[in-house]
Amino acid sequence: MTDRARVWVMGLSFVPLAAFLIWGISGLNAFGFYPGPYGDIINAIGDWQRHAWNMATAVNFDYRGFDTMGEEYIMFVSVVGVALILRERELEDKSSRTTLAESERADGVGVLSFVLLPIVVVFGIYMALHGPNTPGGGFQGGAIVGTAFLFAYLGSGHKAFAAIGKTEVVEPLEALGALAYVGIGLVALFLGDEFLTNYLPLGTAGNLWSGGTIWAINIAVLLEIGTGFLLATGEFLKEIQPPE
Amino acid sequence: MNPYQYVIYALLAIFATVTVLTRDPALQIFPYALYGMLLAISFFILQAPDVTLSELTVGTALIPFLVLVTLAKIRAREAKLKEGKDQG
Repeated sequence: MTDRARVWVMGLSFVPLAAFLIWGISGLNAFGFYPGPYGDIINAIGDWQRHAWNMATAVNFDYRGFDTMGEEYIMFVSVVGVALILRERELEDKSSRTTLAESERADGVGVLSFVLLPIVVVFGIYMALHGPNTPGGGFQGGAIVGTAFLFAYLGSGHKAFAAIGKTEVVEPLEALGALAYVGIGLVALFLGDEFLTNYLPLGTAGNLWSGGTIWAINIAVLLEIGTGFLLATGEFLKEIQPPE
Repeated sequence: MNPYQYVIYALLAIFATVTVLTRDPALQIFPYALYGMLLAISFFILQAPDVTLSELTVGTALIPFLVLVTLAKIRAREAKLKEGKDQG
């Protein structure tokens, strides 16, 4: 295809698409216009019904907890997929493995990473623990904890990261996190309620313990997402290991 | 509309264009990470702090990391192939 033909094909598809897009956007309601009753109802009753202040978390982990379970398993399957693909190539042919010499770390980078790693990990855990009350929750906390361990790689290289992200420890923890979500939901069935019913004591809104199973599921998701990110980043890092 | 919104939208448009126009993938990561950060700020201005936190970690930390590791791997492999050719 010549450049000229490319421009023609682009123009033919771009102009109608742009026209449709502008037409569609110009017909949208003003920002903040919300005609549906669902959000207003949740905002009105969420506090006394579930003792949670963060309605986004209350919807995600309680009112629509079943949807979030599916989303969590998307993450679980993705991490398993990354591990499967990258590890199989490793087994097939050892000689084709590429290695990359590790560069020297500046002292400042090492010290800063050493200082930041624990702070960021604690911040991520804090965010998940306060999921029912403040913005954030299990997923955000897990993503922060999972990526925080990259500071170990940034500061001291592969050996330090491998010492933290030991596969035999991280893998069972990830499976445990995924299982805990379903487990918390299944306990409700044994109590004679529906799947994922909020059966734990609701606690006090604004306190650390609030929201009942919302809080418990947040911890399960923190575990699953945190270890999932750690496992996936670890598998990627193994691809550029320094020569032994 | 909040006046900050116009500033953020303008910056988003600029960094999205810069990301597309940067041809070297290794350099492309930097405008892309900035774009992710601006997107997170725009979510914050639009009163969605939960999404802000997800976008911040995934867009500015995880995706650039995955792309950089992949690029490093490709370069190491190209260097190895070249070495093999020189010897043979």
